[in-house]
Amino acid sequence: MPSLWIAQARVIDPAAKRDAVGDLFIKDGRIIASLSAAEKKKARKLDGRGLVACPGLVDIHVHFREPGQTHKETIASGSRCAAAGGFTTVVCMPNTSPVVDTAGTLQFIKDAVQRDAVVKVLPTGCITVGMKGQALAPIGSLKRAGVVAITDDGECVQSNELMRRACEYAKMFGLPIMDHCQDQSLTQGAVMNEGVMSTRLGLRGWPNAAEDLIVSRNVILSSYTGAHIHMQHVSSQYSIEILRRAKARGIRVTGEATPHHIALTDCALVGYDTNYKMNPPLRTEADRQAIIAGLRDGTLDCIATDHAPHTNYEKDREFDFAPNGILGLETALAVTLDVLVRQSRFKLPTVIDLMTRKAAGILGLPAGTLADGAAADVCLFDPAEKWTYDAKAGFSKSSNSPWSGQTLTGRVKTTFVDGKVVFDGGKIAV
Amino acid sequence: MSWNRKNLLTLEELSLAEINQIHQLAAVFKQQLGRGEKKVPALRGKTVVNLFLEPSTRTRLSFEMAAKRLSADVVSFDAAHSSTTKGETLRDTAQNIQALNADMIVLRHAASGSPLYLSQVLHIPVVNAGDGAHEHPTQGLLDTFTMKEHLGELYGRKIVILGDILFSRVARSNIHALTKMGAAVTLVGPSTLVPDWFTDYGVQVSHDLKSALADAEVVMLLRIQHERQSSSHFPSLGEYTSMFGLNKTRASWLNPKAIIMHPGPINRGVEIDSDLADGDRSVILEQVTNGIAVRMAVLFLCAGGQPDQITHQIS
Repeated sequence: MPSLWIAQARVIDPAAKRDAVGDLFIKDGRIIASLSAAEKKKARKLDGRGLVACPGLVDIHVHFREPGQTHKETIASGSRCAAAGGFTTVVCMPNTSPVVDTAGTLQFIKDAVQRDAVVKVLPTGCITVGMKGQALAPIGSLKRAGVVAITDDGECVQSNELMRRACEYAKMFGLPIMDHCQDQSLTQGAVMNEGVMSTRLGLRGWPNAAEDLIVSRNVILSSYTGAHIHMQHVSSQYSIEILRRAKARGIRVTGEATPHHIALTDCALVGYDTNYKMNPPLRTEADRQAIIAGLRDGTLDCIATDHAPHTNYEKDREFDFAPNGILGLETALAVTLDVLVRQSRFKLPTVIDLMTRKAAGILGLPAGTLADGAAADVCLFDPAEKWTYDAKAGFSKSSNSPWSGQTLTGRVKTTFVDGKVVFDGGKIAV
Repeated sequence: MSWNRKNLLTLEELSLAEINQIHQLAAVFKQQLGRGEKKVPALRGKTVVNLFLEPSTRTRLSFEMAAKRLSADVVSFDAAHSSTTKGETLRDTAQNIQALNADMIVLRHAASGSPLYLSQVLHIPVVNAGDGAHEHPTQGLLDTFTMKEHLGELYGRKIVILGDILFSRVARSNIHALTKMGAAVTLVGPSTLVPDWFTDYGVQVSHDLKSALADAEVVMLLRIQHERQSSSHFPSLGEYTSMFGLNKTRASWLNPKAIIMHPGPINRGVEIDSDLADGDRSVILEQVTNGIAVRMAVLFLCAGGQPDQITHQIS
């Protein structure tokens, strides 16, 4: 494999506080500080002028639906979405069918990843057996088999006692717990944020309080047990305030924000378009601003997409009956750049940090850096290019995106995994 | 003024002029019915399908009679007999109905927004006969029609809607119509069923029955919808009645000429004292009668009819 020389790109590597126009070299699948004159001569040279070269993006929250729901997505198709979106490492949730609560199911996924994935796909396992919230899953076996975290994503553990034991037990293995924070007793039948809009639309409301209660619970249990609890897709203003205070006291909690929660509010639901239906739901402008403020001051640690494919025929129905979730991987960078950089005046390296080093850091993943010797996972994007996203023409098996048909700014040009080009010029290259 | 809508989905989207147009046409139809003419040939040869995927007696009968009096052919079916119980989606059911050459669908559905959804899927007109807790536009039209018959113009009139507002599509449709007409609307009931979010509509929210009823010219009662609530919205029907049920004493707080309304079905002795429901201030059965004329107007207009066709026939 020839060495690679990405020339005259704006190289942004938040881990090394690097942000300068210059060269990036890749040799034998790794980042290397420099190439010899002879090596340079033989290297494949890419013109990086006008482009940003940053660590491959990291998404710690995706749903690839395999096994069991491969009509929606597979590890093959999902990982191609990731590559097209500039992501080189993704962490997939265990709510497959069957759920990932045994080492056997995990092995099935690892085999599929080995065979089909074009980026690094890391699995998580369940907290409880069957994700039913009643008994602990074999967390130790799951850890040994290779999960990077445990979570009952989508089915928040309701029993405080069980969650406490999960914290204590997972801590023994150094496994983070990722929690979808939702007190289900407050959200029976709920399909959108509770408030003025749900009142107007006559839809059942999902109050912020249901998230705030579980975020509080998790802060208390993390403080009590010392376990690391990561709050998934934080959507509520008050939850962010709770996390801010917890972090100030040194409690081991982290939080993520999705592109859709920073870009959209529940006002988008006026037409009952199910491509705006997700869980937690889109909330108010005050919540949206609070999430952005949380990302700005470090209360929230990273961007994660909650990439959740559902087929047309599942989404195309009455709002009440459509499943929750939207695609995210192919639009995440453009949407996040738009909201954080263009609208909210974040510096570009800060946003890259939220999508690379900091995301990887939450789960201790070896990703998110362009340091000398690091795996050459690189995202090369044009921050100014305008393009029209067509979800149906994308790499997912589904097309449930609210951004389909919209013109976005910021486009991934090339994605490298271990020095190999996996996506280039709109095509998968493997 | 011509009519330009093929669907009636909400009152939120109608202009005041459109509401008045429907009311004027309904008045004409009511006159005809009053003269003993049971049928007009307005929709002869058209087929109206009543797709009722949630239980309903009154509204379905009313739509059937309205369509028949317009000389349309009517097919009605309900959830228990539809293939939705076999797992067919609403989209597929409706497209089958359209493929059977139906000219119009009247939809009752438990899911809010489903008539809008159906209107995006079909090319034939869709009339909303009640969607979840969202809207029940023909009910709002017939209620305001009835109010206008008794009160004249509704601008500035004090109108109270009392009961389960949160789960009520009737309340929402009335709120939209009444605020467009400039009425002063107050919503009353337990705080769990009348959240402050409703003030966003430009109406008052109150939990004090006495001040709310004082001098009101209309009180519209809503049924407590046990089937939609979790058990925690209020302690018991008995407590509800003791706090918010309309009885003779409370009715005496109203304007002396006030009318008492209810979209039905009524729960006697719960939200309304039985005698009051039958009393001379009650217009509950007039509402039902007016419902036919109002629905005739809606079906006629959505099927492509123009108001002047009918007014010319009459004169």
